Amino acid sequence: MVETLVTEPYSDPRQQHDAAMMGMYIFLGNEVMLFGGLFAVALYTRLVHTKEAVAASRALHYGIGGTNTAILLTSSLCIALAVEAGRQGERKLAIRWLIGAIVLGLGFLSLKGYEYLEEFQEGLMPFTGFDTAIKTPVQHLYMDLYLIATGLHALHMVIGVGLLAYLVIGLSKRWIVVPERAITLIVVGLYWHFVDAVWVFLYPVLYLAR
Amino acid sequence: MADPWSSLLPAEASNYSSQVDLLTGLMLVLALGLSAPVFILMAYFAVKYRRGKPANRTHAANRNIWLEISWSAIPFVALLGFYLWSTDLSARLYHAPGNALQIDVVAKQWMWKFQHPEGQGEINELHVPVDQPVRLIMASQDVIHSLYLPALRIKQDVVPGRYTSEWFTANRPGIYMLACAEYCGANHSEMGGRIIVLDKADYARWLGQSSVDNSLALAGAALFRARGCSGCHEPGATVHAPRLDGIYGKTVALQTGETVIADDQYLRDSILLPQSQIAAGYPPIMPTFQNVLSEEDVLKIIAYIKSLQPEANTQ
Amino acid sequence: MTDFAEAHRPSNLSQTGLSETETERVSYLRAGHSLSSWLFTTDHKRIAILYLISITFFFFVGGAAAALIRLDLLTPKADLLTNEGYNRAFTIHGVIMVWFFLIPSIPNTFGNFLVPLMIGARDLAFPRLNLLSWYIFMLAGLFTLFVLIAGGVDTGWTFYTPLSSMFAHANVVLAATAVFIAGFSSILTGINFIVTTHKLRCPGMTWGRLPLFVWSIYATSLVLVLATPVLSITLVLIAAERLFGLGIFNPALGGDPLLYQHLFWFYSHPAVYIMVLPALGVVSELVAAAAHKPIFGYQFVAGSSLAIAVIGFFVWGHHMFVAGQSMYASAVFSFLSLLVAVPSGIKVYNWTATLYKGHISLDPPFLFAMAFIGLFVVGGLTGLILAMLAVDVHVHDTYFVVAHFHYIMVGGTVSAFFGALHFWWPKMIGRKYSLVWGRLSAIFIFLGFNLTFFPQFLLGYWGMPRRYHVYAPQFQVLHVFSSTGASVLAVAYLVPFLYLFYSMRYGEPAGDNPWPAIGLEWTTPSPPPKHNFAKIPVVSGPPYDYHVEIEGKDG
Repeated sequence: MVETLVTEPYSDPRQQHDAAMMGMYIFLGNEVMLFGGLFAVALYTRLVHTKEAVAASRALHYGIGGTNTAILLTSSLCIALAVEAGRQGERKLAIRWLIGAIVLGLGFLSLKGYEYLEEFQEGLMPFTGFDTAIKTPVQHLYMDLYLIATGLHALHMVIGVGLLAYLVIGLSKRWIVVPERAITLIVVGLYWHFVDAVWVFLYPVLYLAR
Repeated sequence: MADPWSSLLPAEASNYSSQVDLLTGLMLVLALGLSAPVFILMAYFAVKYRRGKPANRTHAANRNIWLEISWSAIPFVALLGFYLWSTDLSARLYHAPGNALQIDVVAKQWMWKFQHPEGQGEINELHVPVDQPVRLIMASQDVIHSLYLPALRIKQDVVPGRYTSEWFTANRPGIYMLACAEYCGANHSEMGGRIIVLDKADYARWLGQSSVDNSLALAGAALFRARGCSGCHEPGATVHAPRLDGIYGKTVALQTGETVIADDQYLRDSILLPQSQIAAGYPPIMPTFQNVLSEEDVLKIIAYIKSLQPEANTQ
Repeated sequence: MTDFAEAHRPSNLSQTGLSETETERVSYLRAGHSLSSWLFTTDHKRIAILYLISITFFFFVGGAAAALIRLDLLTPKADLLTNEGYNRAFTIHGVIMVWFFLIPSIPNTFGNFLVPLMIGARDLAFPRLNLLSWYIFMLAGLFTLFVLIAGGVDTGWTFYTPLSSMFAHANVVLAATAVFIAGFSSILTGINFIVTTHKLRCPGMTWGRLPLFVWSIYATSLVLVLATPVLSITLVLIAAERLFGLGIFNPALGGDPLLYQHLFWFYSHPAVYIMVLPALGVVSELVAAAAHKPIFGYQFVAGSSLAIAVIGFFVWGHHMFVAGQSMYASAVFSFLSLLVAVPSGIKVYNWTATLYKGHISLDPPFLFAMAFIGLFVVGGLTGLILAMLAVDVHVHDTYFVVAHFHYIMVGGTVSAFFGALHFWWPKMIGRKYSLVWGRLSAIFIFLGFNLTFFPQFLLGYWGMPRRYHVYAPQFQVLHVFSSTGASVLAVAYLVPFLYLFYSMRYGEPAGDNPWPAIGLEWTTPSPPPKHNFAKIPVVSGPPYDYHVEIEGKDG
């Protein structure tokens, strides 16, 4: 790895690279704890109120969710390719793959927004003050969980898209030099892969409870 | 009737209280035993081994595994003894004796309402007989409160949406403190009162003197009719609704295939959250009475349902 | 060792106090004079000073709330504050003291300043993230001040539902947002310290040679990183409930108020270990330095920090013994709560053994360490009493609990904070302060503290609930003792500012190693230059390598 920009307090590039990777992994561990609470509640609901949870899950649009899963997985592929391009010093190729991931990420968010709208019109949203199609208190809790979990995930997606945009601009204007600062792409790529992984667990837990 | 507020030690109004005090007292002794050596030795060493002062400092060890293990293990084992005693003592709080006198409690911002089974109602004051187990069934109208009876060494949070309970047997007549012990908003400090333990004769006299509209069950019966429950749940109703006579304490099969015991919580949820547990074989058409009935009303209706005897021919 | 200071002291220093030594001229304090050189610094030492100033400010704000509380409690009636006013006072006292003073206090000031020095590094792993975490902290603090000005919040720092989610009138979402933002500062701090400890140790500085303060900061950082996100999600849920009426904690919609308590305490119990672990690390350093002896049982003490951090994640239910949780859950939490006391006991016994055959100097840092040990032991033992189910049912939510946690957090952490301040002040600022005044501070803080909080144990056992400002008259005597103690304590906390500020100008230059003590931070000049070490040190011996007598002469 050719890394010429060793900054204080590091004394060698390997050490700096390892520190950046470790920092990102610890941050992702922290993010696991963030989503972990929500998964714990989902697990509890599924175990204690199985029938109502399954019924609530059936009301969700698993087709839309499934499409979104495919979109997100493809975007992760784009990211992996962008990171590899960065490592090889292929600046323009990295930019193209990053833009691809941004487009797919925005596609995910648009589809999610459309899905929320559908659910709102069907009366599935747990907001007070509106006519509701929610049948049982467990379904209400389930929709709360769905909204918060997917909303939190979407927020992470928005931040992710922002980070990717920063990378694209940085690479275009050569603030970020590859392959010397490929670590920046690797670290952001890790974040994107994590957000993808969260969705890969969220989707079956929420949509496919049977 | 002595007023134990003026004594120096905290008032003990039950056998259980004395045991808790004994446990605490002995724990303090253990605490002293675990800590006094530290304080004494530190002070002693600070003087004896003062920098510059001649003393024998040879062969000062830096580690000693056995010492470390022993001063970890021995205190812990001592604590385990107390743990077992304390857990056993507190376990009794979960099982009221069968002959307990049941009093319903409703907590709301910022007052306590007590309902005796024969209908006597009190606000912020609770009269109970001495040497008689008393079980409090508690509901909250709004936020979490906690009924604290210091002289009896017990408290229990009162959580909205469910019934919680605590029980005691007071063994000394007197007037004792009663307080809300879970922060519940603006006037939390003022949500207190008194628990008055009377000997049997005085208690009987108090019961007789209190104004009674109706026993809880009779009041509940009136509500049952007034709110339209009888329209579906009485024999001869056109709507297919579960019969309620003798239901209290029985096993009920739910639509989901599970079975539950029809206890106070189940009856309460059936009235306020009818969609949460639907009885097998019945349509889910019961409306909720969430905004129609207060917790007090629900307790009265439950008292009424409990009083319903099953009919001679069972189905 | 003192020759360096002697050689560099200008002759007119004691007369005017205005000259600076050669050392100070090249120190981190003088590396850049402009405001922006401070506000855009990435030097861990400057960031430590920035934090020191901000947390001191918040300590005063929280302390002002405490003063109002203790004044109001002088009388049994609502003579000073209204009911709502009192509720806001104790809420803001808790919110500010927990998140804006105690949690950042030792890690972000002394941790920031000392960890790189102690491990022989030039800075933390992520210097810019370090600065960012301070800005996030200040943003959160500003939000909180805004909440205060907007009338405060009256739910208690614990924000229990459904009071906070459905019934409270004021500013709950704003307060929750402020704390949410502060959480990010904690997380970034934790990441920084963990990576620093793993990656930036100088040659020869193995894990087994790390100062115990670094071990404790490391253990604290694990808790910061793993526990804080649970708080974040809990606050998001409260805000969502208030803003959109979702009903997660609303029993009428099938939600569960107890779910909130589980989520909240899952973070907040480890949080108290965030507050006390660094203090325990400080005390290890103070005791070793005061005794001129290695800490007895180094491995056990280092391991105990990790044990406390881990076990601390499994005891949260002891806050909920009477909340309506099952008897079996309560029994398990009670047992684990006893277990977590064992590693703390190990530390205290090991410190005592360290003093045996030591060379003890009764300087202010040691007096603060003794104050810590005395008060922490009382707090810890009363914690054991609280862990006993039968006793807790009686004293939960009474002043007994209030006394317990103040003994640990104020008697413990704040004493350790002052001890650290008195120990490392010469290193950070380069000047010595009056030892006599330092000793007097330690003594008066110890006495004032006990007068304030010991009566509260009695109040609690006699049945006085907490968060009450109207109370039964028989409790007044103890409250008057407590409030009197609080005024002594307030003065005792203010006095160090006087002589420490005085020393900045008129104190004798400290030299590299004024106490003297053993540790890499004492091999640099006082104050250290921006890059810490001229050459990265190489370590070849054990930590606390004080000369220990094998045989022969004494002294």
